[in-house]
Amino acid sequence: MKIAVLVKRVPDTASVFQIDGDQKSVKTDGLKFVMSPYDEHAMELAIQLKEAGKADEVIVVSAGPDGAKDVMRTALAMGADSGLLVTGDGVESLSSRGVAQALAAALKDFGAELILAGKQAVDDDASQVAERVAELLEYAHASVVTRFELEGTTATVDREIEGGQYTLELPLPAVCTIQKGINTPRYPTLPNIMKAKKKPIADKNLADLGLSGDALNSGIAVENLSLPRQDRLNKIIEGDNEVRVKELVRMLKEDEKAL
Amino acid sequence: MSVLVLLEQRGELKPCALEAATAASKVAQAAGVELNAVYIGQSLADQSAELAGLGIAKVYAYENDALNYYSNDGYVPIVRDLVQELGATVVIGSASALGKEYCASVAARLGTELAQDAIEVSWDGGLKAKKPVYAGKIVSEVSITASPAMVSLRPNVVKIERDGDAVPEIVKRDMPQVSLRTVLKEAAVAAAGQIELTEAKVVVSGGRGIGGPENWPVVQELADALGAALGASRAVVDAGWIHHSHQVGQTGKVVSPDIYVACGISGAIQHQAGMRTSKLIVAINKDPNAPIFKLCDYGIVGDLFEICPLLAAEVRKALGKE
Repeated sequence: MKIAVLVKRVPDTASVFQIDGDQKSVKTDGLKFVMSPYDEHAMELAIQLKEAGKADEVIVVSAGPDGAKDVMRTALAMGADSGLLVTGDGVESLSSRGVAQALAAALKDFGAELILAGKQAVDDDASQVAERVAELLEYAHASVVTRFELEGTTATVDREIEGGQYTLELPLPAVCTIQKGINTPRYPTLPNIMKAKKKPIADKNLADLGLSGDALNSGIAVENLSLPRQDRLNKIIEGDNEVRVKELVRMLKEDEKAL
Repeated sequence: MSVLVLLEQRGELKPCALEAATAASKVAQAAGVELNAVYIGQSLADQSAELAGLGIAKVYAYENDALNYYSNDGYVPIVRDLVQELGATVVIGSASALGKEYCASVAARLGTELAQDAIEVSWDGGLKAKKPVYAGKIVSEVSITASPAMVSLRPNVVKIERDGDAVPEIVKRDMPQVSLRTVLKEAAVAAAGQIELTEAKVVVSGGRGIGGPENWPVVQELADALGAALGASRAVVDAGWIHHSHQVGQTGKVVSPDIYVACGISGAIQHQAGMRTSKLIVAINKDPNAPIFKLCDYGIVGDLFEICPLLAAEVRKALGKE
């Protein structure tokens, strides 16, 4: 069985983000880029399935500029066998719809029986690429998976919902998006990092996938970036504990009408 | 042209469905078009009163016990066909854990664009949405020109508003024949009366400052007094003091309650990503330099073991609970 893991290279969210002069993008210089954290859990799951003899091959797949190969190398060092990068002019301006079309087209011939991805990427939090890939490839799918077992051609998964979970059985081929808590991603060892340098990463050009010209036009555009609300009161209540607590409750009740 | 709202139900209509309807109603009014809704699940009968006054003209109800629980295979083709039949130009759903999967799948089948987890949605000659990006450090305003334009709305950011008590027309639809590839084996849902974090109006969270898992009762007492759901920082979840399902933050749940009380939480960026859209933020921490005090509306610098019990008692008094 073949597993494809979708990963995305994103800025570390601990970074300080500055809005660029056009008000539509953030400045990228000085940002540290990493594999989106949920994708690490998807990678770990794929490697564990391979180690358990339930998968023969794990391929890591991404769409983005050449720099995305850095995080793909990390995935190869974790244990993926090879990489596939969808790249080319316009790849960075693709919407989620476009990225999903590109990934689905790139994966068509690979014949993955299982596609795993993080439940969302932590840059744009778009939370939809893997689901779209599933729909485009007509695979069964489940999102926000916190437990994954594979028996033959059936995956049994727990998927998180508000206040609970559903246990689902999915027939392969299937796509699952992975939630934190399912496993602890491994740190690549030095020998594996060295080995990863020799593993192949293939390029696929958008144009070769039939995606060029109008096919790349997105129907969604960033109009403006701004900082979140900055109007917090920042009122530190002084006094002894009884007084402060009374004052807080009074303000919540009378001033804010929140109680 | 019309607006369609996807009504989320998990055994019953959820508040996030009525919030999405409220937001969708404003969009429909601004665009001068009709608002309709789609409901899939067990009989809607007892719940139709919940939909009064929300500005919904028609509810297309696909009532079938086989689709009580969300299923991509079951729900998505129904919505795709209905959107095409109605010529809906805007589709609005909820950004719950299920709602995001639902909206992404519908958007894919319709070949259209979707903004997930919006905190604001409006109509200004076209559909616009604001959504947090980069762990909530930046808010992105997007315009969607693809049709239908799709948005999922973060729970708890829009207040349910009713205008009058007009009940929508319920249009019962036959369930199309669908084969469900995915089989639901078991549904573990929250016990009745248990307040789920993302839907709670008040959240009380504990962090490292609580000292150890044996001290949860101190925070829980305050949560009980406020009728709040219990949250936690990543540090205490990673330390094994509480289950991951309580984690508020970038790698946990995103909450937007009316009041968020952070007890012994320093307020790292990763935590802020999960709670910065709360309407009011209260911080209790003994470190006056904790970042949480820069983000809060009201702060008390002090020992949470003294403050929380006093605050719980005062809240009970204010709410007439004792």
